Amino acid sequence: MSRISKADRQLQLQREEAGDHLYANRVRVYPKSVHGPVRRFKWAVLIVCLGIYYLLPWLRWHRGINQPDQAVLLSLWHERFYFFNLEFWPQDIYYLTGLLIMGAVTLFLVTSLIGRVWCGYTCPQTVWTDLFMWIERLIEGDRNERMKRDAEKPTFDTVWRKASKHAIWLGIAFWTGGAWIMYYVDAPTVTVEFWTGTASKEVYFFTFLFTATTYLLAGWAREQVCTFMCPWPRFQSAMLDEQSVTVTYQGWRGEPRLRGRRHEGDSGGDCIDCGACVTACPTGIDIRDGIQLECINCGLCIDACNHVMERTGRPAWLITWDTLADQAAKAEGRQTTLHLLRPRTLIYISALLVAVVVMTAALLMRSSVGLSVLHDRAPLFVRLPDGNLRNGYTVKIVNKGPNIALFELRTDGVNAASLAEADEGLGPASRLGLLVKGDSVGTFRITVAGAPDRLVDGSQGIDFNLRNTDTGEQTVYHSLFMGPR
Amino acid sequence: MPTKIEKDIVTGRDTTGHEWDGLKELNTPLPKWWVYVLYATIVWAAVWFVLYPSVPGITGYFPGVLGYSQRTAVMDDVRAVAAQRAVTMDRIKALSFADIRKDPQLMAAAGTAGRIAFANNCQPCHGAGGGGQTGYPALAAGAWIWGGSLNEIYQTITYGIRSGDAKAREGQMPRFGVDGILKPAEVQQVADYVMTLYGGQPGKDVSAGKKLFADNCALCHGEAGQGDREKGAPRLASHVHLNGGDRATVVAQITSPRMGVMPAWHTRLDEATIKSLAIYVHSLGGGE
Repeated sequence: MSRISKADRQLQLQREEAGDHLYANRVRVYPKSVHGPVRRFKWAVLIVCLGIYYLLPWLRWHRGINQPDQAVLLSLWHERFYFFNLEFWPQDIYYLTGLLIMGAVTLFLVTSLIGRVWCGYTCPQTVWTDLFMWIERLIEGDRNERMKRDAEKPTFDTVWRKASKHAIWLGIAFWTGGAWIMYYVDAPTVTVEFWTGTASKEVYFFTFLFTATTYLLAGWAREQVCTFMCPWPRFQSAMLDEQSVTVTYQGWRGEPRLRGRRHEGDSGGDCIDCGACVTACPTGIDIRDGIQLECINCGLCIDACNHVMERTGRPAWLITWDTLADQAAKAEGRQTTLHLLRPRTLIYISALLVAVVVMTAALLMRSSVGLSVLHDRAPLFVRLPDGNLRNGYTVKIVNKGPNIALFELRTDGVNAASLAEADEGLGPASRLGLLVKGDSVGTFRITVAGAPDRLVDGSQGIDFNLRNTDTGEQTVYHSLFMGPR
Repeated sequence: MPTKIEKDIVTGRDTTGHEWDGLKELNTPLPKWWVYVLYATIVWAAVWFVLYPSVPGITGYFPGVLGYSQRTAVMDDVRAVAAQRAVTMDRIKALSFADIRKDPQLMAAAGTAGRIAFANNCQPCHGAGGGGQTGYPALAAGAWIWGGSLNEIYQTITYGIRSGDAKAREGQMPRFGVDGILKPAEVQQVADYVMTLYGGQPGKDVSAGKKLFADNCALCHGEAGQGDREKGAPRLASHVHLNGGDRATVVAQITSPRMGVMPAWHTRLDEATIKSLAIYVHSLGGGE
């Protein structure tokens, strides 16, 4: 039995005749609207996701004077990322690495457990495509009406509907592009600047760039993104196995599918081959062909099929969420249980746990004081008239606190070390008091003169100890003191 | 070339018609818009060819309709930066060192300009960061021969040392050995005494050398070997030595002294650059 539809076959014939075999015309997908629990859940996820996306930049968060009061702000201009109470500096970039690792492993775990729900529900491409399709449906009508409009000569009614559809799409795309910018600059400020023409070139450029991408990807490209552009569907099959719960057509129950009214004694299965699952599919596939690359696991075919089953008096859930293993067992009349915990998922869970524990610990033990010491490259050391040696260092003190603070710097490991800072005229002294403004990095040229007595091959260790005199926080940086070989 | 397009029984799809040792490839036709995107990039490239420098010739190249050149662009940038810098450099030139030091921005600019000028002009002799080398003074050590204040450093850089310039710093040490002022044995005695100033332990009686030093050397180098910056006589009671701290070097220096020369930089560098250099050298750790 061939599993390709009549339309597909016709298309193939046309291609062969035209000799245009390796490229195909895009097959337009006209998804039919469905109603049911899956669709309701998908709407809820859509509203939550878009709500967060559009409104989060407007959430205010008090941080103190001269500090941005936006709850989530990725300030590239000032090199600070703000997430509610957390503030990240450029050197904290490894938290982003950790976040990406956690995100990737979570995606692997969820996919191996319940299939591509990311694709079906929360991927921005899916969410905005769904929104754009909803607007299209409101203006141009449902599947059949839209197909009719596209097939016939454009009438005035069709033209104004299409025009207003694109206008609204562009409006939403613009709002989306604008909201994106608000994550990088203060939302109320940039809104005013945008409309008064005083915003920076970058703001206008990126707003229009993301307007264009949203409009093109969600309005025009749609399922083409998932099928031909996105790498994720290509390797998601590596996460799926026979124990993964995915959207599944229960072939053992449905086959052989029989079209039309049934009579007593017919050998047909529950599938009446009405095509409701195919017309509801946003990527235009037939779920009855089994799990396939184009399936984003959204489950809208479930709602479509349930509706038909209900009307024809058959048990619902002919298309359902199930595993391949369970389906194979059911086909043989056996019962199986779900295996959520299996080596694959356990490995993902433990990797996730490790990442979460490490990142949380790192976050909790984050110091508000940072110190880095860079030894001069040349000269490595200077012999002083009194016979002592002097080394030069560039000392950077990170003050993540909001206020100016006095830091005390001293060294361990070199005899009779005396420190000096020429620019401010500090020292020579055994310890220096250095002032660093709040939320900034202080850079000091520090010289250390002393009589090292443990030189091996021209160097010995020296520890720079830094203490915030206000908070008492301390940190140590291990460096080298150089001398003659 | 494709031979025969067949229909795959399992998937119901066509093959591409390619076959390798019996392996056939399923045809999964790409949507046409992908190909159109490729064509669009080709068109883009063609336009680029016309607008920008592209086709090489025998003696030159096709410069493009826009006449764009990276060389011109970078020279424009250089000119723009120079114009921007001129404002600061003019202020450095006009102000006294005391006034420059009051302005952290000017100090930062002078420090950077000085660092670059130092690397280009001074580093071959004085070493990176003013570390010095044998025969060339360490500038970071604070062991100044002619003085380590900003004005003194500025003067040294501007007119040089024994450079032949009318205002050059001049200082000559007699050739005690070669010219017979001291006998060879006396040279050895003076050297013995000087080594004690260098921090060595006297292994023998140096009273003869000490007396010779007082008679011949102390006039310039000072009774206690403290040196004299007016005459450019280096401090001897120190651990920093221009030509080396070993006895053989001391003997050689008394016999026939090395007299280093530093050029007068005002003939090569502008006023603001020399001032920046003075500020940079002063900041190396020895400034007074």
